[in-house]
Amino acid sequence: MNTPSVSLISPTGALGMGFPDETLERGIVLQPDFIACDAGSTDSGPFYLGASKPKLSRRAVLHDLRRLLRARQELGVPLVIGSCGTSGTDDGVNWVREMVLESAKEEGMSLKLGLIYSEQKPQKIAEAFKKDMVQSLPGAPSIDRESILKCSHIVAMMGHEPIVKALEEGCDVVLCGRASDTALFAAYPMMKGIAPGPVWHCGKTVECGAVCTTLPASGGVFAKIDDSGFSVEPLSEEAACTPMSLAAHTLYENADPNLFREPSGTLDTTNSSYHAINDRVTRVEGSVFHPERYTLKLEGSAFRGYQTVAIGGIRDPFIIRGVDAWRDGMMEHFKQRVQELTGFEVGREVNIEISFYGRDAVMGKTEPMQDQSAHELGILFTVTAPEQSVATDIARFVTHAGSHWSIPEWKGFISGIAFPFSPPEIERGPAYRFMLNHVLVPDSLFDPFRFSLEEVW
Amino acid sequence: MLASLIRSKNAGPFWITFDLMFDTEADFLRAVKAGVPSKRWIAETYRIPEEEVLLVQLPQARAIKFSFPRPRIQGDPGESDMYSGQQYAPLLDLPVE
Repeated sequence: MNTPSVSLISPTGALGMGFPDETLERGIVLQPDFIACDAGSTDSGPFYLGASKPKLSRRAVLHDLRRLLRARQELGVPLVIGSCGTSGTDDGVNWVREMVLESAKEEGMSLKLGLIYSEQKPQKIAEAFKKDMVQSLPGAPSIDRESILKCSHIVAMMGHEPIVKALEEGCDVVLCGRASDTALFAAYPMMKGIAPGPVWHCGKTVECGAVCTTLPASGGVFAKIDDSGFSVEPLSEEAACTPMSLAAHTLYENADPNLFREPSGTLDTTNSSYHAINDRVTRVEGSVFHPERYTLKLEGSAFRGYQTVAIGGIRDPFIIRGVDAWRDGMMEHFKQRVQELTGFEVGREVNIEISFYGRDAVMGKTEPMQDQSAHELGILFTVTAPEQSVATDIARFVTHAGSHWSIPEWKGFISGIAFPFSPPEIERGPAYRFMLNHVLVPDSLFDPFRFSLEEVW
Repeated sequence: MLASLIRSKNAGPFWITFDLMFDTEADFLRAVKAGVPSKRWIAETYRIPEEEVLLVQLPQARAIKFSFPRPRIQGDPGESDMYSGQQYAPLLDLPVE
């Protein structure tokens, strides 16, 4: 009965998404060895990395952070937070650091704070690319020196190694730049020498908080890991961790439900078995981890223009019937007009998209029902240009000319688009695109990361 | 509807994945035995090469899962579904024999 084990709580799937006070209190009662929480993702697209801005509000993040700092203080255990500020840029780490300092001051807490920065200078990545140390993953866009240098921000996704280093330094709170969600939960048990198969599979299972339970919105989970397996139980009394709910979570947002690549190797859950300990707790055994060459996944995002959009509706059945010809006709006109007014070329510096909601705006060319016409269509204009004012100037004549674009069925001047607003155009700000689906082969384990330790009191 | 949950989602910015979950072992096995959805149907419906489709059955989760590289990188010009959350509709009309 004396096999070594490590326990943890994962209080919520994302710092700032919230969780009930009661579930955290229940987690504290269970006396975990550490607390970990993810604070970011690329799931919301290239904007957050490109602009280096957080997705969730400061007040939402602070509300969760303050409660986790209190819980950590009460338990005297480490708190690990990953992918600070959504994308895990240096700004993101500094943003959360400043909130830790504010909370610690307010609550009169003293703690040792570790920061791990994982942002990469594009110049340095371009040099690594030249030395063939940046390698493409399946389906990656082709890159060159220019496309790397175009990135406004690049981050390297850390594994457990840098986090273990910070924990070994005695940090009470570790704020990570971009990190593998799983690694946040793997670091402490790896440091304690628990077998990697159960450690990584446990991390994979609990990374989204209660999403692996029967009530995905119910807060967090508690888990206990040893050398032969791990068990998970929900922090909410209403929820349950069943063999089904845990196994199903390996599907979520993963291309392959059995193999998961981490910086130091691959977790293989093909032969994992799930069995219920009771009606709320499930144990998992049989997971293995295959060590591989150490690589770090890179994420990079580059500015691609400013956008201005406009939304309208179409009710005229004649316009709807011939909507493609109507759109193609106005597009031709727009191309000439953009050239005349701005000197830019549509399809090069400027992009104009017109999509029809109610027909194929969601699925595009794969829409199986696009011939089935609706009685009403939503129309969305999206203009992208090198400057915001240019995008808006283009949107101004696009919406005006578009709404009066004629159709053969009517003789005379028509108003073909119902706009809910005037002015109809809405400035959306900068847009970005993902540039990298590559891994970096670093010079050494910690070479791409920068550490900072400070005493907060 | 034979499945208890059908969903689509990004699996990172470069892949899209689809999950079909079943309430009972019998429902799951019925879909598996019928070979639905097939790689060929997926390739035709989503207009991608058949060899790009990764199709897996997961008995522990009573689930069928398929994934393929996203036809457009998430957020690239022309993006219509940032999270790929609404790309599963054609599966709802797929008959299971």
